[in-house]
Amino acid sequence: LSVFCLGPGAGQDVGRSCILVSIAGKNVMLDCGMHMGYNDDRRFPDFSYITQNGRLTDFLDCVIISHFHLDHCGALPYFSEMVGYDGPIYMTHPTKAICPILLEDYRKITVDKKGETNFFTSQMIKDCMKKVVAVHLHQTVQVDEELEIKAYYAGHVLGAAMFQIKVGCESVVYTGDYNMTPDRHLGAAWIDKCRPDLLISESTYATTIRDSKRCRERDFLKKVHETVERGGKVLIPVFALGRAQELCILLETFWERMNLKAPIYFSTGLTEKANHYYKLFITWTNQKIRKTFVQRNMFEFKHIKAFDRAFADNPGPMVVFATPGMLHAGQSLQIFRKWAGNEKNMVIMPGYCVQGTVGHKILSGQRKLEMEGRQILEVKMQVEYMSFSAHADAKGIMQLIRQAEPRNVLLVHGEAKKMEFLKQKIEQEFHVNCYMPANGETTTIFTNPSIPVDISLGLLKRETAIGLLPDAKKPKLMHGTLIMKDNSFRLVSPEQALKELGLAEHQLRFTCRVHIQDPRKEHETVLRVYNHLKGVLKDYSVQHLPDGSITVESILIQATAHSEDQGTKVLLVSWTYQDEELGSYLTSLLKKGLPQSTS
Amino acid sequence: MAAHLKKRVYEEFTKVVQQQHEDLSAKKLRLTKPSKSAALHVDLCKATSPADALQYLLQFARKPVEVESVEGVVRILLEHYYKENDASVRLKIASLLGLLSKTAGFSPDCIMDDAINTLQNEKSHQVLAQLLDTLLVIGTKLTENPSVRMRLVEVACKHLTDSSHGVRNKCLQLIGCLGPVEKGVAKEVESQAAKDVQKIIGDHFNDQDPRVRTAAIKAMLQLHERGLKLQQAIYSQACKLLADDYEQVRSAAVQLIWVLSQLYPESIVPIPSSNEEIRLVDDAFGKICHMVSDGSWVVRVQAAKLLGSMQQVSSHFLEQTLDKKLMSDLRRKRTAHERAKELYSSGEFSSGRKWGDDAPKEEIDTGAVNLIESGACGAFVHGLEDEMYEVRIAAVEALCMLAQSSPSFAEKCLDFLVDMFNDEIEEVRLQSIHTMRKISNNITLREDQLDTVLAVLEDSSRDIREALHELLCCTNVSTKEGIHLALVELLKNLTKYPTDRESIWKCLKFLGSRHPTLVLPLVPELLSTHPFFDTPEPDMDEPAYIAVLVLIFNAAKSCPTMPALFSDHTFRHYAYLRDSLSHLVPPLRLPGRKLVSSPVSPSITPHEDPSQQFLHQSLERVYNLQHLDPQGIQELLEFTIRDLQRLGELQSELAGMADFTATYLQCQLLLIKALQEKLWNVAAPLYLKQNALASAAAKQILEETYKMEFMYSGVESRQVVIIHHMRLQAKALQLIVTARTTRGVEPLFGMCEKFLQEVDSFQRCFISELPHMQGSFVDKLLDLMPRLVTSKPSEVVKILQTTLRQSTFLHLPLPEQLHRATANIIEPTGESDNPLRFTSGLVVALDVDATLEHVQDPQGTVKVQVLYPDGQAQLIHPKPADFRNPGPGRHRLITQVYLSHTAWTEPCQIEVRLLLAYNSNRSKASAKIPKSTWSESLEALPQSENGIEGTIPFSKPVKVYIMPKPARR
Repeated sequence: LSVFCLGPGAGQDVGRSCILVSIAGKNVMLDCGMHMGYNDDRRFPDFSYITQNGRLTDFLDCVIISHFHLDHCGALPYFSEMVGYDGPIYMTHPTKAICPILLEDYRKITVDKKGETNFFTSQMIKDCMKKVVAVHLHQTVQVDEELEIKAYYAGHVLGAAMFQIKVGCESVVYTGDYNMTPDRHLGAAWIDKCRPDLLISESTYATTIRDSKRCRERDFLKKVHETVERGGKVLIPVFALGRAQELCILLETFWERMNLKAPIYFSTGLTEKANHYYKLFITWTNQKIRKTFVQRNMFEFKHIKAFDRAFADNPGPMVVFATPGMLHAGQSLQIFRKWAGNEKNMVIMPGYCVQGTVGHKILSGQRKLEMEGRQILEVKMQVEYMSFSAHADAKGIMQLIRQAEPRNVLLVHGEAKKMEFLKQKIEQEFHVNCYMPANGETTTIFTNPSIPVDISLGLLKRETAIGLLPDAKKPKLMHGTLIMKDNSFRLVSPEQALKELGLAEHQLRFTCRVHIQDPRKEHETVLRVYNHLKGVLKDYSVQHLPDGSITVESILIQATAHSEDQGTKVLLVSWTYQDEELGSYLTSLLKKGLPQSTS
Repeated sequence: MAAHLKKRVYEEFTKVVQQQHEDLSAKKLRLTKPSKSAALHVDLCKATSPADALQYLLQFARKPVEVESVEGVVRILLEHYYKENDASVRLKIASLLGLLSKTAGFSPDCIMDDAINTLQNEKSHQVLAQLLDTLLVIGTKLTENPSVRMRLVEVACKHLTDSSHGVRNKCLQLIGCLGPVEKGVAKEVESQAAKDVQKIIGDHFNDQDPRVRTAAIKAMLQLHERGLKLQQAIYSQACKLLADDYEQVRSAAVQLIWVLSQLYPESIVPIPSSNEEIRLVDDAFGKICHMVSDGSWVVRVQAAKLLGSMQQVSSHFLEQTLDKKLMSDLRRKRTAHERAKELYSSGEFSSGRKWGDDAPKEEIDTGAVNLIESGACGAFVHGLEDEMYEVRIAAVEALCMLAQSSPSFAEKCLDFLVDMFNDEIEEVRLQSIHTMRKISNNITLREDQLDTVLAVLEDSSRDIREALHELLCCTNVSTKEGIHLALVELLKNLTKYPTDRESIWKCLKFLGSRHPTLVLPLVPELLSTHPFFDTPEPDMDEPAYIAVLVLIFNAAKSCPTMPALFSDHTFRHYAYLRDSLSHLVPPLRLPGRKLVSSPVSPSITPHEDPSQQFLHQSLERVYNLQHLDPQGIQELLEFTIRDLQRLGELQSELAGMADFTATYLQCQLLLIKALQEKLWNVAAPLYLKQNALASAAAKQILEETYKMEFMYSGVESRQVVIIHHMRLQAKALQLIVTARTTRGVEPLFGMCEKFLQEVDSFQRCFISELPHMQGSFVDKLLDLMPRLVTSKPSEVVKILQTTLRQSTFLHLPLPEQLHRATANIIEPTGESDNPLRFTSGLVVALDVDATLEHVQDPQGTVKVQVLYPDGQAQLIHPKPADFRNPGPGRHRLITQVYLSHTAWTEPCQIEVRLLLAYNSNRSKASAKIPKSTWSESLEALPQSENGIEGTIPFSKPVKVYIMPKPARR
């Protein structure tokens, strides 16, 4: 079993996830992400690395996409259409639905806005999506005869899944991004005790233990509420999918609960389309939404309306969600400029901002911003930062490991230094091996595969009937013949094996002479031996045959007088190979001599 | 025996044939019921295929079987059992055997041997399991017999080696239910088995089948429930089971660990991988805490629930459950809670957060951070953040229980509870508010916490708001700003939801009386008085102003300096409010108004005793009745009743007691009056006119006795006897009156018989109380019983009349606490002049909001009655969910009543009132009457003889103006 982290995305770094796993001769590619930071060839993984010159389809058995974030699926059309891959691509239903929207959006930005050429086209996205096979949660999909995959709920975003990949008895679980604490619209990741050989886990927050979500939510709501009550306007810059929906739900329910009337707007765009899918995939959301959707689908927002550019100048309080999330361009920046001058207003940054963006500047406390055209914008509005992140923290990762009980853990999708800490913790507390491969590094893990052997029912029943009652926890000894033929193993009874192989049965007999000092006559000696054995071996059938020999089960004992010394009797003990155990026991018993009987 | 049985069966068999014959002849005759066993036998013999037989058995199972014929039926079933080849039929027979042996009054020891015998040759695992189940039923019916139990346990042990999990399951269940629990009973024989039982079950903790493992743990728990002291050695075994692959096993194991931790809290267990040792209860606590983050939510709920009841756990373990060390990039970070606390203690409040406010501070030693194995660490933090609300609710409940027993923990968990006020699911919010209320005497809210709490006041759910008001009633606030904040928020709430008026006022009442010193500095501001200028007088009827006044007046009660700050109109308003809202405004000692206040307030405590004394004295007086002349008796009773009623009005604590006694005396008075009627001396033809009073009296007494029995909570069996006795007398009176006024003897026969039956059942129910009733009516009656049974109705009546007259008045012992059930309809108010208009034929929903006090089991008993002007009455059963329980003894009914009627020409009033339904079967007296266990047959059973159902109106009716309009075409 070997794992190979393709490209600088997946290993000890965030972004551009793409992992190759080869398990029991099957090759699986996990995720096919792009890197947001680059605009050249480096944004996609180097797929030529996989096969050098061969066709990808021949080499890869399947591709699995964990969720729709671009750093997990962004390179998919490039990979399948431009590089060329025709095999199956697996993802969950919501991912399949939302993924093309995001890809199309991404394409538009790069091609239409930045004017790049040599990029995948809309048609390619469509063609690529045709190769996708959608899977349900906990559905075992048989990719081919040996390879099977199964999806588990992962939280994080709608449709995010963890995948278990299994070939024979070897298995790998790939988590993708996951979240162990539930939020307002999604539940927590969950996996059963599947005991995989390897767990490949993300580790974005390897060194963080987060505070409870409630405090953050409460703070957020309180701030929004206070501002709105003051008559101020609240701007929340968001990315279109994921957190935005969570915040929408949060505000929507709060508005409902508190009977608030101030309008909430959502700047349109791809959000509406995506919201549509959120409405459809109710089963993928959290308990509350699932339970109440019969009365009302939580994503059919009552208080949240579509935003129009003209609304920004309306008087009175309002809350606006606008894209993009870092205030670097577009609608959110426009609104920000309009509102920044009023100290009653507030901007809440719900996520991380990259250096150089307006978002980052105001968060670090700048009050005067230089806008294009040398304008100076004075920021009087309040600036708040709220982190709503949907990755598992260190505790969450440990919890997942505890749930799945893997034999090995491999950390990806995180920073090397942080992973080091977590690795140490995992090894210390679970006593399992933990790996953290660098980019381009291959990790090989040796598993201890158990090999299934077919056994005929008759033999099984016969063998189990012999000993005590079956106990699952203890290994049991069985007698039979192992036949290895045509890549399969069978355990059959010796007779059948002989029959199948067309061999005649040979009998192997052991014979042993035991000398006993006994002055009496032969038949008397025999009788004594018989009585002795009968007394000792209560569980076995000991018989005294008329021809003067004794049988213990199938072991034959005969006594003759020694040719030279009449006082010594020679006991001939003979047993077959199958009765070796009993036979050797008997001889050792007889060698001890007969008890001096009183009679 | 068998031969005899067979003969009987065949006899019955032939009888059946005869009946069919007669049926054919089309003559309708009332026939005795055909015997079950015979019919079954016929059916089974007829059955040609297993499917047929199964059908017959299924049909048979639907009908009840009388106790007498059970044994016969069982024999026949067994006979067929041996003959039957098909496993499914045998299975059904086995299950029928179990059902039959449950029949009330049937002792299954006679069939036990057969049942055990059947086990011997059975091959099918399913049938075997079913047979063991039957044995379990038999065993539970014969628990008193140790030898039977021993035998059954032996049988079970023998089958424990079966390869089917179902059979092993049942065996373990059987051992659990029947295994010997007493130590040292017949030492030689049984001690060995007794010792073994735990070991046998313990061996199956490692069974290969998870269902069997679960069953083993359950059996162990069952043994514990039956009183066997489990061995401590099981603890380590149980701990291993916590890591089981199957959730049922883990869930049961958590329970087992909990049980053991309660049994051996103080024993010491070693910590694996170190030399340290800790108390078992702490260890178990840590382990159960660990299960709060289990993969299965069933286990999580179980674990969270059990945590609440582990009160012996040491406090540092307890406090760990709320501790989750935060870190960011390996540096220690403070939680939002800690930051809030710090902000508060440093004097500045809510500065608005900057980015990086939560920036991590000190570096963490990587070695010291324990990510998962830290046992109790953060269990509640996890539980409260759980995905499933069931887990969250369980965690909140557990927090509540632990906080109640540990004040320091209560202080610590406050932040978390406050956070739960923002949960997405209303039940969780509600639950956490209730929890907070329960622990509120241990805590004082910080201002920032209060802020969060008060934010919930704007919640649109009425339940949440009211729960919060209740909470505020008993919270301690630390600063005057806090009080001010609370008042402002409550007033905001009042403007937003005017319907909350009452509840807000009440809340402010308590808030004021709890924090007089904090309110004092706020008074000038609140009343907007000014040292030099007169301010305009506020509107007296404004709810917000009343709310402020309620707060101030209640604070003023224990703060004598406060009234000096009042302006003139405040005093006037006080006088007005003291009258109109006396329950909210306390008596105050105001300067220059001594007359109003002084006699009441200081004399509250010493007053109680004399009134209690008075009550008893007046009762004493009444008991000497016997020696007075009839006129005197009547007068005395009348006076006492009047006194008692007045006492009830004056002393609300004694109201229940006084009313109860008054009602009783009233009954007695009525009885005496009725017996002194001239009627008895007048010639027969004139009775008709004269009987009105007597029969009315009898009727009224009956009604009153029902009220006494069912409307008061706290009535004990001693009172019930007296009440029933009174009722019996009333019935006797009724009988006499009827006997006197009706011609002919025919109807009397029935009545007499019924009456005697009642006397009989009275005797049966209250046999233990009879010695206390020397010289009473029933005592005499029972003496005369043999004569009564044999004599003619007219004689019976005569005897009754004399006994009734001679019987003495029974002493009514008073219970400790007696409360009368009361109901008050808050909504509809009945004041509206605007009729509720709706189209006839359609329905309109009327919101009904009522408070109920001292009603037991309101879900089952309280009904809403709607009376239409045409005399039509409608009885509505509110849903169980409509009842809330805001406090002990109090209930709140918030429901909707659907009205509908045909069109009226003009609006008219309907009456809405609450009724208390009762069923004399339900009374404590007849609870002993065994009920049949055949679930299907319950309806078929005739109501037992004294099953009278009725209703008592217990609220003032409210009139609602409605107007059904004709539908437009």
